[in-house]
Amino acid sequence: MPARRIIACLDVANGVVVKGVRFRDHRVVGDIVELARRYASEGADELVFYDITASPENRCVNPAWIERVARELDIPFCVAGGIRDVAEAEAVLAAGADKISINSPALARPELIGELATRFGSQCVVIGIDVDAQTDATGNWRVVAHSGKPDAAHDAGRDLLGWVREVESRGAGEIVVNAIRQDGLRAGYACDLLARVRAATHLPLVASGGAGTIAHFVEVFERADVDAALAASVFHSGDIRIDALKPALIAQGIEVRP
Amino acid sequence: MNAGLVIIAAGGANFGSLVTACARLGVEARVSDSASTITNASHVILPGVGAAAQAMQHLRASGLDRVIRTLSQPLLGICLGMQLLFERSAEGEVEGLGLLPGTVARLSAAPRWPHMGWNTLDQIQPHPLLAGVARGAWVYFVHGYAVAPGAATIAASAHGGEFSAAVARGHIAGVQFHPEKSAAVGRRILANFLELPCS
Repeated sequence: MPARRIIACLDVANGVVVKGVRFRDHRVVGDIVELARRYASEGADELVFYDITASPENRCVNPAWIERVARELDIPFCVAGGIRDVAEAEAVLAAGADKISINSPALARPELIGELATRFGSQCVVIGIDVDAQTDATGNWRVVAHSGKPDAAHDAGRDLLGWVREVESRGAGEIVVNAIRQDGLRAGYACDLLARVRAATHLPLVASGGAGTIAHFVEVFERADVDAALAASVFHSGDIRIDALKPALIAQGIEVRP
Repeated sequence: MNAGLVIIAAGGANFGSLVTACARLGVEARVSDSASTITNASHVILPGVGAAAQAMQHLRASGLDRVIRTLSQPLLGICLGMQLLFERSAEGEVEGLGLLPGTVARLSAAPRWPHMGWNTLDQIQPHPLLAGVARGAWVYFVHGYAVAPGAATIAASAHGGEFSAAVARGHIAGVQFHPEKSAAVGRRILANFLELPCS
């Protein structure tokens, strides 16, 4: 088995890294390449760049900063943001990204998942799923589309576990589940929900949304058996350094790359 | 004329990170699909992001499959590029280049699929490509198919069973992981490859 991964997430808007709370009220936290370099040197296993305004504004991510990042990094990174077709995915991969993550465009046109998997292989097709951690009347969690922009966010008309099974059967290579009510709150990952997703799929599963303490990382690996834990706020603020987090995880018996 | 390091433009999209990884080692790589440039290279890398059937179709359509078979200088296949060196792949049921004996199969016993993340190199055989790389070294994998350990295997890793993480025979070598994404260990392996003597 590969080691559990720690992923630092950098939300990008207008060419700089930003961070909000529950996807709102974004403030600038720094330069893309500077932060990428810092996280790589602290021992991040992977980075994810979300161009959080691309999909709601109906445009693709800008390859210029991807090239700048690729020149600097010798660890893998994934890019998300408004990739709607094979040509746009190709531009992002050609700029140096290792994986592409698709969210709202996959909800709008699920066939896109299969098209990308056929062209580039499943291993570089990541599906991001934003989910409302509160269950609906039937006890299902609801998938939210366009959550990057509050005015455009809406119920995607799908329940979480059904969508997870569908993206796996269509050829996705990894799933990132982001509990949007936890996002930026630092109150812990949505472990119950993530454990249900874990049981529903063999795909690598990345937990996102809610990390606040080292104990939250331990909890999500132990309780939800996720393959990777993604965080942004706690890393950006310096409250948790990755080079302190990893020894703490190892001390708890969780295998990570030292 | 010696064209130095040439990365074969094999139709996969992701050459950028490989080119920059070589640049960090002080080696300027040329990305090319020209038969003469590839033939005159000192070292050749066959990269790969993509699916086996599409990649082989591209190599055949451009005649590069025949060019690759005639090479005698050090050749390194990376990820899908390593898988293409073998006889056959179950991914799209496609015939490979047949430079190494064996077939590529889905990692069907794996608890998670595809195999994505950092894993250790176990069972390292002495080989110049892995000089200075210790057993247990961490490298980055992203793949759903693999080659079972065989005579050409110089390093194995495990994910629901052992598979070939690195292979070598004569001038031909391959790594299932991504050295350009494997931090210091990957840098060392790329540097080792570039130091292999050109025939």
